[in-house]
Amino acid sequence: MKRLLSGNEAVARGAWEAGCSVASGYPGTPSTEIMETFARFPNVYAEWAPNEKVGLDVAIGAAYAGKRTISTMKHVGLNVAADSLFYVAMTGIEAGLVIVSADDPSMHSSQNEQDNRQFAKFSRIPCLDPADSQEARDFTIAAFDLSEQFDTPVMLRMTTRVCHTSSPVEMTEQQQQIPTKGRYPRNTAKYVMIPVNARKRHPIIEERIEDLAKYAESFAYNRVEYRKKDLGIISGGVAYQYAREVFPQASILKLGMVFPLPVEMIRSFCENVEKVIVLEELDPFIEDQVRLMGFDIYRPNHVEKSDTYHTKSIFPITGELNPEIVRFSAQKAGLLEFTLKKDGESINLPLPARPPTLCPGCPHRSSFYVLSKLKVPVNGDIGCYTLGVAPPLSTIDTCGCMGASIGVAHGAAVAGDQERHVAVIGDSTFFHTGIPALINVAYNRSNVITVIMDNRVTGMTGHQDNPGTGFTLQHQATVQLDIELLVRACGIEKVLTVEAFEVDIIEKTLKQWMKEDGPAVLITKEECALLPSARKNYLPLLVTDQCNGCTVCFRIGCPAILKTEELDPKYHRPLALIDQKLCTGCEICAQVCPRDAILFRDQVITQRKSEEG
Amino acid sequence: MDHKNLRKEYPDGVNFLLTGVGGQGTILASNVLADLGLALGYDVKKAEIHGMSQRGGTVISYIRWREQVFSPIISKGEADIIIAFEKLEALRSIEQIKPGGLLLINDYAIVPVTVSSGIFEYPEDEKIHETILPFTSNEFWVKGLDIAEEIGYPKASNVVLLGALSTLLGIEEQVFLKVIATRIPQKYYSYNELAFQRGANSIIG
Repeated sequence: MKRLLSGNEAVARGAWEAGCSVASGYPGTPSTEIMETFARFPNVYAEWAPNEKVGLDVAIGAAYAGKRTISTMKHVGLNVAADSLFYVAMTGIEAGLVIVSADDPSMHSSQNEQDNRQFAKFSRIPCLDPADSQEARDFTIAAFDLSEQFDTPVMLRMTTRVCHTSSPVEMTEQQQQIPTKGRYPRNTAKYVMIPVNARKRHPIIEERIEDLAKYAESFAYNRVEYRKKDLGIISGGVAYQYAREVFPQASILKLGMVFPLPVEMIRSFCENVEKVIVLEELDPFIEDQVRLMGFDIYRPNHVEKSDTYHTKSIFPITGELNPEIVRFSAQKAGLLEFTLKKDGESINLPLPARPPTLCPGCPHRSSFYVLSKLKVPVNGDIGCYTLGVAPPLSTIDTCGCMGASIGVAHGAAVAGDQERHVAVIGDSTFFHTGIPALINVAYNRSNVITVIMDNRVTGMTGHQDNPGTGFTLQHQATVQLDIELLVRACGIEKVLTVEAFEVDIIEKTLKQWMKEDGPAVLITKEECALLPSARKNYLPLLVTDQCNGCTVCFRIGCPAILKTEELDPKYHRPLALIDQKLCTGCEICAQVCPRDAILFRDQVITQRKSEEG
Repeated sequence: MDHKNLRKEYPDGVNFLLTGVGGQGTILASNVLADLGLALGYDVKKAEIHGMSQRGGTVISYIRWREQVFSPIISKGEADIIIAFEKLEALRSIEQIKPGGLLLINDYAIVPVTVSSGIFEYPEDEKIHETILPFTSNEFWVKGLDIAEEIGYPKASNVVLLGALSTLLGIEEQVFLKVIATRIPQKYYSYNELAFQRGANSIIG
């Protein structure tokens, strides 16, 4: 059977076919659809965990209990789960454990472009790096076998381009039957990592990686494709596709397993071709290892950057590759002749940028509008609300990683910074890593004001349920976490929950708290405007002839508010117009309008009735 | 069926670039084109980016039909066909088109905040046309949303464009509609069929 699958769907498919029956992870672009797809297969348990570390611990427990298990996350999620990665690398497992790291070269939706193949080497576990959906499915199955054969977790390293590219996949309808294991292991020497046991495990995992390196010599997904022998390319992951596209005649050593590497295979390849290059995205991960093995890699005469910085001398170390970049780099390095093809036309019209923005009706907008007026330093976090940084709101001053807002604000406060520090964090991010930071604020009594923007869903990644929504991944009803109660239990006494569209209350509350001492938490609650339940209540608002173009409503940064060509007769300022296709009727603009020139929902309904009248 | 003309006109397969703004249905259209490529016997890759860029930002997807597709991404000057679901986005991607390539534009503007806040001006239609001309004169404008609204189903403006494409490529209606039927809920099929046919007819004359 052949079907068109995205890389993410193919991983889920492969896991199911391999008899994987437990999955736990945290949503994060570009990994999210793996879990969403897997959860729909029969006879599996799948869950969203509050963060990647919990997700990986859950997966480890299941793998100890003898079930094939997968844990999914984006690349930076593995930073959160790293503690667990390193102990499970030491203990090994009872049944296959696959850890999916979805890296994001070019940072389409991330704060960095770390290369997580390094984590595999760092923690001494094998790493498989698929180049398309077929390989994503095949490698997932292979990863489970490898995991059990060598008693090790296996990293399946995906990248955005593989995750979100669809291509045909040959698959079966068969699910492997995994024999039930005995009772939960009582093997303290292997599973209790107290120093005396851990010291004995370390040599074992070093031997394991040597064994894996030997196995890599005959691993089915490491293969040599000999074509012309003047150029040989060592490649893995999606970069292989660019190698085929740009160098159709070159010989290629295609590495399905990018760690550990097959030394003899590489030696023989290097001996059989005239010159060797490594084509890979991001870090010189394969390239460094091949150099350390002592093999000669082709170096261009003209190297732009000094070797002391990095060893990638042909292809860029930053950003996603594509055929154009690969071709250009190869030409510069003297590997390809510059074609005489005339450069294509260039466009010489400045185009209005279309940056991502808070959507019309976004419940985060009101808080950012108030914070922009208060001009206090705002420490942001990871989610849609990071878009509070965009003009005209321009309200976020720092943003680093999941859960950082509260800790960073606390740090600035205890450092004696004279301004009052605010942290803003979403519901799901608060559950992820915000809670310990808030406990710290309460425990160590800093003046941080935290705004928890509770839009009742994990928004940016496409509406996943979380512990606050009252539903599981499969949309089964479950307990609903009470944020206010939790905040109080953390030791914060000054807590208020408000409706997120109440601009006045938010402004009054924050202004009052600025005058008082001690930590405080404001919870702004309103569901994401893109949720189906919210869409049902859309009611576009209207601007009346009271508008004199004062521009206040433009300052809330709503894409539904447009400037008209029409000018106010007195001040010659453009009047406001509300786009009836985009407006949801959240009323933030109506609240901030000083001339009451924007009708509220009730007024719109009344006016319509009288018009129909 | 054979589509000899298609293979004659595009001997190395077809590279599509679809561009629009988050929420315009580009994803459905690219799924349909990917399925169609398979139905026509090609190897297919379809690439898109999810996540942050979807919040009101530009959304681009690539679909490649070939005997064997390697790179999922299309380089500058390699798109045989660009379908722009929004006028401004046609300009943003125009450098990707092959000289003389086919450009299908939805005659519809979504004003970016950089325009509504007064930093930039949205280019006039004539300016858009002039800017496109050095790249290709093979340019078709379709009133996708107007047509979809006329039939009472505004969401199908993407299918209107697919209908127009079917005429331009000479692909049989039934082949195309069969693929569309597998990608949409049954109860909306008749709207989509009508949208497709109106789009297909919009090209003639």
